[in-house]
Amino acid sequence: MSGDNEETQAAEETSVDEKEVQEKMISPEKAEEAKLKARYPNLGNKPGGSDLLRKRLQKGQKYFDSGDYNMAKAKIKNKQLPTAAPEKTEITGDHIPTPQDLPQRKPSLVASKLAG
Amino acid sequence: MAGPGGGSSDVQWCFSQVKGAIDDDVAEADIISTVEFNHTGELLATGDKGGRVVIFQQEPESKNQPQCRGEYNVYSTFQSHEPEFDYLKSLEIEEKINKIRWLPQKNAAQFLLSTNDKTIKLWKISERDKRPEGYNLKEEDGRYRDPNTVTTLRVPIFRPMDLMVEASPRRVFANAHTYHINSIAVNSDYETYLSADDLRINLWHLEITDRSFNIVDIKPANMEELTEVITAAEFHPNQCNTFVYSSSKGTIRMCDMRASALCDKHAKMFEEPEDPNNRSFFSEIISSISDVKFSHSGRYMMTRDYLSVKIWDLNMETRPVETYQVHEYLRSKLCSLYENDCIFDKFECCWNGNDSVVMTGSYNNFFRMFDRGYRQDVTLEASRENSKPRSVLKPRKVSTGGKRKKDEISVDSLDFNKKILHTAWHPLDNIIAVATTNNLYIFQEKLN
Repeated sequence: MSGDNEETQAAEETSVDEKEVQEKMISPEKAEEAKLKARYPNLGNKPGGSDLLRKRLQKGQKYFDSGDYNMAKAKIKNKQLPTAAPEKTEITGDHIPTPQDLPQRKPSLVASKLAG
Repeated sequence: MAGPGGGSSDVQWCFSQVKGAIDDDVAEADIISTVEFNHTGELLATGDKGGRVVIFQQEPESKNQPQCRGEYNVYSTFQSHEPEFDYLKSLEIEEKINKIRWLPQKNAAQFLLSTNDKTIKLWKISERDKRPEGYNLKEEDGRYRDPNTVTTLRVPIFRPMDLMVEASPRRVFANAHTYHINSIAVNSDYETYLSADDLRINLWHLEITDRSFNIVDIKPANMEELTEVITAAEFHPNQCNTFVYSSSKGTIRMCDMRASALCDKHAKMFEEPEDPNNRSFFSEIISSISDVKFSHSGRYMMTRDYLSVKIWDLNMETRPVETYQVHEYLRSKLCSLYENDCIFDKFECCWNGNDSVVMTGSYNNFFRMFDRGYRQDVTLEASRENSKPRSVLKPRKVSTGGKRKKDEISVDSLDFNKKILHTAWHPLDNIIAVATTNNLYIFQEKLN
């Protein structure tokens, strides 16, 4: 009896292996998808859906808040700012863009090298 | 072995010219973003990420060198768009030229439309080769004369001068697009043109800048329900009522402007059925159409998605009549191509003058041509190594199997930073313009 089970088990495993090999042969795409999901398990199940599209539509969005900017400038001068209560463990981003950080928005004054 | 072109199987392509800097350190502004021949092929325009347009003009064929057609030399260059910042929406507006479209020539001047993400401009390029001399009230250098010193009168005359080519903006079509403009297309009526962004298409009259008609609007009432965006749009080459637009889901919709003012309901929808068993995370992304081009005849249209080029018969919506694999070997690399964002690269495609051959770009500075009649295809490379004048381009091959033959390149050795996204074919002759990241190559058919 146990002998039979072992045989069936071995047969099942072989057929599963064969199926995997077959799948890989049929669809390299699916193999690539498996690779991606292995690396990024939290990747949404909506294939190429709204998240990607919305990211595309938001291209170019930058934020500059003069209040934040002035606060950041003040922080540099005067290091003593009232700190938040120590219980708060949540860390929020503290990088406030300064004019040095923002890329220069000058137009190209140099002629194109194609015309050189 | 000779490559395809012009309907015969024995066209050989030769290097003709290369424009741009040699050094590897590419400034972002120098990245070429569009290439377009005008209707006669005499002029070739390029746009770049820095908002500049460079126009080349073909030299007339010289009797001394009948074995090659004229070379392209710089005709005019100007700053078309400048970077802007929309303070209201906190949005940076890139000066990158997304598209250039020539208008057919009506008088001595040339006109083209160039667009960035938000604004379309009509540029007039005109020649000046004479200037008036002999004014009564002005000196030759422009200073005004004291009228009391003028004792005689003369008639100013025009004298020849060195050719000056001037570009001036004649119309600015602004503030009509909330999203980023991906296409502009001139109508065959030569009076109107369309501009398409991710969600809307507008119809303009070339003379009128303060209003445009919205003809397609696919924005959902709730943006959470957004499933597809418009990726390209084009007018039919001779039916002025017909245009098509492609989507990120791999569909093409054909619309007839006679049916209604708002063309949200398509007249035809072209979509190839998909095998649900083969569906993967990548399916939709690689089916996104990056370019759509009508054939010159108006009978067919060509679409480019990430891995293939498809030819559609406008009379058949159910599937394409021809499918050509550009770089099928990338299908087993989709995971890393997704991680490095290359899977989102937008390749363009083009027809030759008589619609017998189509061309598109790939990676490693390779580009591909497919001869529809002879069912042949060839892979060529745009590189400085093959840039001896009139040297014939050798076909390239990517090895997919285990064994790599001599002269073949393996898939893992391909340089994915060297992408050819923009190519153009002369409307009449076998002359092609191929843009690498920052260089423009011109290849010509070998003539004996």
